[in-house]
This record gives sequence, structure tokens and C-alpha cells, in this order.
Amino acid sequence: MTTVAPARRGFSLRGIFSRPEKPYIHPYLGGALLGVVLFLAFLLTRNGLGASGGMNRYVAAVQDAVSPGHIDQTPYLLKLAGGTKNPLDDWSVPVLTGALIGGFVSGLIHGRVKPEINKGPNVSNRTRLIMAFTGGAIMAYGARMARGCTSGQALSGGATLSAGSWALMMCIFGGAYALAYFLRKAWL
Amino acid sequence: MNIFPLEAFLQPLADNPWTYLVFGVIGFSFGFVLEMSGFGNSKKLAAQFYFRDLTVLKVMFGAIVTAMVLLFLSSAIGILDYNLVYVPETYLWPGLVGGVIMGVGFIIGGFCPGTSVVSTATLKIDGALFLLGAFVGVFAFGETEHLFDAFWHSGYYGRLTLMDVFGLPTGVVVLLVVFMALFMFWGAEHLERIFGQRDLKREPRLRYAGAGALVLVALAGLVIGQPDASDRWAGIAAEKQALLTSRQVQIEPGELLASLGDDKLNVVLLDVRSEADYNLFHLAGAQQVALDDLPALVPALLAEPTQSTVTVVMSNDETAATQAWRLLQAESISNVYILAGGINYWIRTFGAGEEDIVRRDVPAGEDVLGYTFPAALGALFEAARPSPHEWELEYTPRIKLERKRSPSGGGCG
Repeated sequence: MTTVAPARRGFSLRGIFSRPEKPYIHPYLGGALLGVVLFLAFLLTRNGLGASGGMNRYVAAVQDAVSPGHIDQTPYLLKLAGGTKNPLDDWSVPVLTGALIGGFVSGLIHGRVKPEINKGPNVSNRTRLIMAFTGGAIMAYGARMARGCTSGQALSGGATLSAGSWALMMCIFGGAYALAYFLRKAWL
Repeated sequence: MNIFPLEAFLQPLADNPWTYLVFGVIGFSFGFVLEMSGFGNSKKLAAQFYFRDLTVLKVMFGAIVTAMVLLFLSSAIGILDYNLVYVPETYLWPGLVGGVIMGVGFIIGGFCPGTSVVSTATLKIDGALFLLGAFVGVFAFGETEHLFDAFWHSGYYGRLTLMDVFGLPTGVVVLLVVFMALFMFWGAEHLERIFGQRDLKREPRLRYAGAGALVLVALAGLVIGQPDASDRWAGIAAEKQALLTSRQVQIEPGELLASLGDDKLNVVLLDVRSEADYNLFHLAGAQQVALDDLPALVPALLAEPTQSTVTVVMSNDETAATQAWRLLQAESISNVYILAGGINYWIRTFGAGEEDIVRRDVPAGEDVLGYTFPAALGALFEAARPSPHEWELEYTPRIKLERKRSPSGGGCG
């Protein structure tokens, strides 16, 4: 998949997936565009952007399907999916689903949809994947504790000037920078 | 008159299925921009923490300040109601600890939840593993939250903004945040030059224009100023005055008592009389707040879940309570009602059996206490705490729960 396919005329599935990779846009332009999307979200819907909230609801939906009795005995889950409540009936679910599709379409257009593992040069694929999984679990646990992740709290809370969101944004950067030195072999 | 946020989005999504589509399009744009900015690539994200490539900081703060200046300018010119915009509530301690945990997860895993989604979408295997781990983390939190429930609800400050923390006007805070971000961008570029060998001469000059535009929009918001309660009232006065005149928002004692007995309702009782009157007699559970102090209570009222909260304001008669009602309407608090006839009518209804409470002559319609009391017993009188089960009163029901926010609340709920 990573080999460069010869340019073809007309439509072909392989052609779509092997477009030449284009560079990323300038970070300030990316920031401005993301800011406009965030603003429009607030303007139209009063809610900002979110990611971990949608994940939470997908997990609750699976739990609700597998063992509804357990949901009804856990106060935290009860709020999401108790009784006849549909945990997917929330704005965070279409936003998360839309983000997956939007990321895919941008990747297609810019030639970046290809199976690969991004990692530092000094770690094995196996180590990188274990770290990704572990980091994901830790990050999501922290995000639920903080009632939102970098999207729901740092971006959305930051733009609406929520004091708590600004405090926790500093903590995210603080936590990452504090550990970065010890993990330099993984990334540099 | 505020147009935004759109009325349909204050209702449950299922009532208006097309709203799913709007959220879907917003999510699509979100994912699209994240991917274009390089956020599907963990190496680019992690480089932030080694000062080589500060794209994360530039995109994040660029987005925050862009959205912020547009949001507060829209609020200043009166097309957006900031009081209806969801501001994540501050739960300080779980926020701080959760933030540090997120930072640790970020540097180990190389993503945050949103970026791992676009990474997965572009078939990055490390992104997919992160996303899988994130689902496990979310599941683990749901299963363990009961172990530290008290901690998870600690440090609650409600809808606390930076304006409240620093005691500064909104426009000033917005401008300061813009300056802080521009200073961070300047610092980030120099860090990239030192650690990442980036040639700053090749950076687009257009970025100075962008910085200028941010400052200008922030300044415009500062000069116009955020609408205060009287501006906001002016926009809704005609419509709300009609409700007052037709007595749609004055609830009779019987309805208030029935509401207090309704387990599904959270009734907030605000007593806007003087402290002296309040000490003589007040309804059990009522909170005394002077009219002048009422604005300070607005953030707390905004943080209440609207689908189940009713706020009832009361004075001796109705004059002061009506003023309070106007202010709370101007601040977009939903489900606010006035106790019809005030405390005087309440005592006339429930205090017949109390021999110690003696009626005295006051001019009709005057907002003064029409009774004398043997002592300032506050809520210890029988009439201050009638049992909802013992009284069967006739009344015209007025309370109609109006949802100003989607039922799940806002944020990442």
C-alpha cells in the first residue's frame, strides 16, 4: 500500500488511496479554521466540540445492550443510559461520528489514508502500540474524571473562558511536559 | 434580540432529528480541520513536548482565541446569548487531577481522544490502538467512579469564568487572553528556531495580519461592551411584560406547595425581602437575597439543570418579587415564577391556625409584611412548612417546564 502507484486516468479505487501525500496546512491557518468551526458550533447549538463524551456514550450503549441491569445499579451510568434513556441521544455522538468521517475525507483528499505506525526511530512497533493503548486508557480515564478532554474542556471551555477549563488545560500541558524528558527515547 | 443559539438546539435532539445532521456536519468539519493540521500524526503531536514543533500549541490556542473573540463580539452586538452558551462547570479538584492524568496519557500515547479519532480514520495503527485504549479507559472510569464519588464532585464552583476569578470586565479578559496567546506564539516560534532549527524568515508574513485581526476584533468587543441586564431586558420587555400582565407567571400558594411536594422537581426559593422580614418569617428552604445581590446568584442559577428546576421569587406582596423576576428573565434563567400575593397571601392561606401570627392593617398592594409575629422564628412556624399531603388547594396551574438546554446538559456529559 505504501508504494507509489502510477498515475491513472479516470476513477479508480486504488488511485484514491495512493494520491501523493500533501503537506499539512500552516498551524495558524489550522487554528483559525478550527476556531471558526468551534465558534459556529457555539453560535448555532450553544455546545462546543467534544470527543471523549461521545466515546463515553458509545461505551454506555454497549453496556446497556449487554447488561442493562448493571447500568441501573451504577449511578454514574444511570445518568447516561438508565431505564429507557438512549445513551446515544446526545450531541456528542454525531460530533464524534462526524469527526471520524471528516478526518477520513481530509486524509483521502490529501493522500494521507495509508496504514502505518507513527513512532520515534528508537522504539519497536510493538512497544509503540503498547504505549498507544496504555496512553489511550490513561488519557480517557483522566478525561472522564475532568469531565471532558482537550476538545470539550480545553478548546470549548477555553473559548468560553471557563475558569476550571483553563486550570485543567495548564495541568494537561504540565503533566505531559513533566513526563516528556523520561519518555524522550520513545519519541526522539 | 438574541437569535442564537437556535431554539431547536435547546430541546432534546430527538424532537428535531435534523439537529443530528447539524452536529454531524460540525463534527465533520472538526475532524477535517484536525486532520489537515497534522493532528492524525502522533509524532507531530508529541514533538510539542520536545520544543521541536509547537503545532499543537499554535492550533489549540489559535482556535481558542479565534472562537473566543468571535463569540464575545457576537454577544456584544446582541446576536448570541452568552448566558445560554454552555460553559463547562468548574469542579476544581477532579479537573486538576484529571488534567495531569490526561497529560501523562498524552505523552505516553501520543494523542488526545479527538486526534486519535482522525488518526484512526486515516488508518494509523497507533491511533487505532490509542482509540481502543480510550474506550477501555472510559469503561474503567464508569465502573470505578463510585469509589471516589465525593472527590469527583469536590471543588464545585459552578459556572465560574475568568471574569469572576479576576474581577475584570469581559472585554478586558478577552483582550488579555489574546495578548497572552500572541506572546505564546512568539515564544513558540523562537523555541522552534532553537530546538527545531526552523527558519523564521520563511514563515508567512500573513500571520502578522492575523494577529492584528485578532486584536481588532477583541478591541471591537471591548468598545461595544457586553450587554448588561437592562440592555437584555429591553430586548424582551414587550413579550415578558405581557406574561406579567396576564398573570401567566404568578403561581398560587397551592401550586408552590404541590411543586415542593413533587420529588421530580428541584424548587429554588428566593426570598428578596429585607433580612429583618426574613428573620421574622420565611418559607422553609427559602434563601434570602437582597435585590442588589441577585446578579451574583445568576451563575449558580444558570448551572442548575433546566429540565427539572423551578425558581420561585417572593416578597411580602409582589412588587420586589416582580423586579427580581425581570432581572432573572433578562439573564435567561428558565422557569422563574413569582409567588402570587407574596408572603402575605401565603400566611393568609396556611396561617389560619396560628394564633400567634396576627394580621395588621397595611395599604392594599403595598410590598410590606401584613402580619406581626411573637418572635423572629423564621421557618419554625407551622405555616412556613405546611405538609403538601395535608392540603388540597384549588389552583390554576402555571408552571410549564421550559427547556433552555438539551436534557443531557452541555459539555462532554
